[in-house]
Amino acid sequence: MTFPGKDLQDASRRRFVAGLAAAPLLAAWPRHGGTMPPPLPPFELRGSHFDLDIGVMPVNFPGITRPAITINGYLPAPVLRWREGDTVTVRVTNRLRDAITSIHWHGILLPANMDGVPGMSFDGIAPDESWLYRFTLKQSGTYWYHSHSLFQEQAGLYGAIVVEPVEPHPYRWDREHVVLLSDWTDLDPAALFRRLKKMPGHDNWYRPTVGDLLRDARQRGWRAALAGRAAWDRMRMTPSDISDVNAHTYTYLCNGFTPARNWTGLFRPGEKVLLRFINASAMTYFDVRIPGLKMTVVAADGQPVHPVTVDEFRIAVAETFDVIVEPSGQDAYTIFAQDMGRTGYARGTLAVEHGLEAPIPAPDPRPLLTMQDMGHGTGHGDSHGDGHGAGHGMDHGMDHGGGHDGHHGMHAGEAHAHAMHRAHGPGGTHGGHGSHGAAMQPHPESERRNPLVDMQATAPEPRLDDPGIGLRGNGRRVLTYADMRSLFDDPDGREPSRTIELHLTGHMEKFAWSFDGMRFADAGPLRLNYGERVRIVLVNDTMMTHPIHLHGMWSDVEDGDGRFHLRKHTVDMPPGTKRSYRVHADALGRWAYHCHLLYHMEAGMMREVRVEERA
Amino acid sequence: MTRIQAAPFVLVPLLALAPATPAFARHGAHHPPSPPPACTPEHAAMGHCTPTPTRQAHGCTPEHAAMGHCKLEPEPDAASHGAHPHGAVPPVTDADRAAAFPPLSRHMEHAQDVHWRVLFDRLEARHGHDGTGQAWEGNAWIGGDLHRLWLRGEGEREGGRTRAADLEALYGRSVSPWWDLVAGVRHEFLPGDGRTWLAIGVQGIAPYWFEVAATFYLGESGRTAAALETSYDLLLTNRLVLQPKLEARAYGRADPERGTGSGLATVEAGLRLRYEVTRRFAPYAGYAWSRAFGGTADLRRDAGQPADDHGWVAGVRVWF
Repeated sequence: MTFPGKDLQDASRRRFVAGLAAAPLLAAWPRHGGTMPPPLPPFELRGSHFDLDIGVMPVNFPGITRPAITINGYLPAPVLRWREGDTVTVRVTNRLRDAITSIHWHGILLPANMDGVPGMSFDGIAPDESWLYRFTLKQSGTYWYHSHSLFQEQAGLYGAIVVEPVEPHPYRWDREHVVLLSDWTDLDPAALFRRLKKMPGHDNWYRPTVGDLLRDARQRGWRAALAGRAAWDRMRMTPSDISDVNAHTYTYLCNGFTPARNWTGLFRPGEKVLLRFINASAMTYFDVRIPGLKMTVVAADGQPVHPVTVDEFRIAVAETFDVIVEPSGQDAYTIFAQDMGRTGYARGTLAVEHGLEAPIPAPDPRPLLTMQDMGHGTGHGDSHGDGHGAGHGMDHGMDHGGGHDGHHGMHAGEAHAHAMHRAHGPGGTHGGHGSHGAAMQPHPESERRNPLVDMQATAPEPRLDDPGIGLRGNGRRVLTYADMRSLFDDPDGREPSRTIELHLTGHMEKFAWSFDGMRFADAGPLRLNYGERVRIVLVNDTMMTHPIHLHGMWSDVEDGDGRFHLRKHTVDMPPGTKRSYRVHADALGRWAYHCHLLYHMEAGMMREVRVEERA
Repeated sequence: MTRIQAAPFVLVPLLALAPATPAFARHGAHHPPSPPPACTPEHAAMGHCTPTPTRQAHGCTPEHAAMGHCKLEPEPDAASHGAHPHGAVPPVTDADRAAAFPPLSRHMEHAQDVHWRVLFDRLEARHGHDGTGQAWEGNAWIGGDLHRLWLRGEGEREGGRTRAADLEALYGRSVSPWWDLVAGVRHEFLPGDGRTWLAIGVQGIAPYWFEVAATFYLGESGRTAAALETSYDLLLTNRLVLQPKLEARAYGRADPERGTGSGLATVEAGLRLRYEVTRRFAPYAGYAWSRAFGGTADLRRDAGQPADDHGWVAGVRVWF
């Protein structure tokens, strides 16, 4: 049996042995697994009462031994298997020496004081103290849990939750595995945050070079090449900024296993295998595929969807997808999860026995952002007096949809942006945007002349059918938000009574992140009336992709026509998008609402949503 | 609590209790994807029609009910499960209120707001007209996203003696995404007895990634000076970076004691090729020119020094 590292191995083995002695249900082994060895971690706890101890343990992933924050000695934390309708109690004890801790149950509907956000739902758990969580499960599906205290999640404090439904699940499978993806750094996570503040582009070793310019000029002429480069350099941005932190800092893990150690999930040929994918990363989007297998997505964020069969899906930070695969014909299949920037990958294997492996695909080419990806956003220039108005963006007449048919290269985007730039000419004013037409995206006043807002999208679109940066036209069938439809009708049914528009804002070079240009510390709560239904419209005014998570209530994503489409707890917001979802304010209390990129949240991309009784 | 190592094996029989229908057929049958009910909730809300009271008509299968998405029997006040048809929320009890707004005694912990960085852009040996020497130039900041305290300084040694050294302490405030206003003091320790100036200026990143700092100085007895500095990183590769750099100084009136005339005094240009071994540590080699103009050139010639100097430089660029 392989374990992530020697230190972890020893500790885990101790745990494992202890667990063996204490687990009468293990008698079930011979019945089902007489010819098969026990599965590898993640370890699992089930029942309705749980004792979780948060402590520090040394681990060794890429080569040096570092402290991790673990639960009961496990990284990832044990899978918690609950049952819908049960009232579960979880006693969480803080064995850390000097830090307050917490656990948040991501996507679980519960009373506000059980949500686990220190400073909003409770005081946190001080060293040597315990906190008793107690709530009744109103839902089923795949979820996860993690610390909501500073950077503890990055240090290893995350694990899977599986809630079994009371009634039979709409889908059937013979076997299941949790596949929890995460990113690990040997840096102290607080030091990584400090580094991001000093040099946000630290991990971007893919900026366009002189050589790239020469190559580009050979391909399409100097004029176009220089125009393309200028479009980015004028904005003081780089098209290779896909993620703030990548494999130069991170080691990607699959159920706590490095790619070399290769987590393996077993199957018997012909079985239907349910894979519960969870992206428990701090900062990493993964593009997941299993070469040789079609994946049928049956649930998103724990909630069932009409089955859709794909070759590949992008999983945003904090999202979960349940997929069913039917492996047969090969003894081993590689679960390949490359990071969005193509700098590394997490890897696991589905195999008929341990020790087998299948080829690992080569990473895809590194993507570059296009001007479409940016929502044509260069509005900052004119508003801040740099004298290069760039009011392009409306009526572009280019197809964003489908994704498999094209326009994925940077060239089209740049040429287009350049043409629009010239057409509108320099010297526009901020207010002048409006004169370009109704399609121009207005922005909140708080973004105007705001030093912490380095760009604005001028023509953002929902783009639910866009596979995303680096996935368009790759020859594979890639899942999109448009592909996923909730299996149920709009559970509320009312038209939202009002619309709240929020813009995702930031500054790449300052590593400053906010909503509407205001950081969490500077902004008041967003107030909702208990029982009301509101529409939240998000506009991404940054060049980064943000997974936006609302605690305590569902985010019911609307389709392009404003109809109920997909129930989520975390909504992916690629650059250049404007997406809307409905929220039924049926949970009284104070709830966190934030970008789930951990360092964006800590930098200020967060709000409190306060659901109050109408006066 | 029980720890299970063989979860899938245990669970498979449980799940196998599920009706043995083909995996995806069930819901396909109950959920024709396209035809909407004649009276949608939206229409009903707008008063266009009256929805039929039976939830089953909206496709409430037992599975859905089990998942808490709908109710098989309309039960307006039985709201313990997830969603509430048509937005009905259960009445709030005092216990609910207590759970929703618990008293808190500790504030949310936030990541540190104050950060700092120290950068030595040049830490170099130079081989020029007067033989070998050393030079340094760097800056440091401490503060938040908008307000920072800056230190900027440079200096040079020649023949074992420090010939020039200055340090500026400035308050910087972001006034736009790319520009900071800075104001503070500059002290020149050498040459001579030293001079102190008030400083005000801008610094930031101009379009096309030019780093720019322009500063105006006001000194004792009405002296004025101005400095303009700009540099650019040309990426030959992502590690091999050619950095052209230009720095010009001008004075309002002559200060012969310190060898400066009025008007444009000096222009220094450098071309440095660095290799970023890591982001924080980059050795470099390059060539630097300096030229004096006008009265400053005259004063240098009078002192037996050339107005121009140029030579090879080698050093490291580090930050922490």
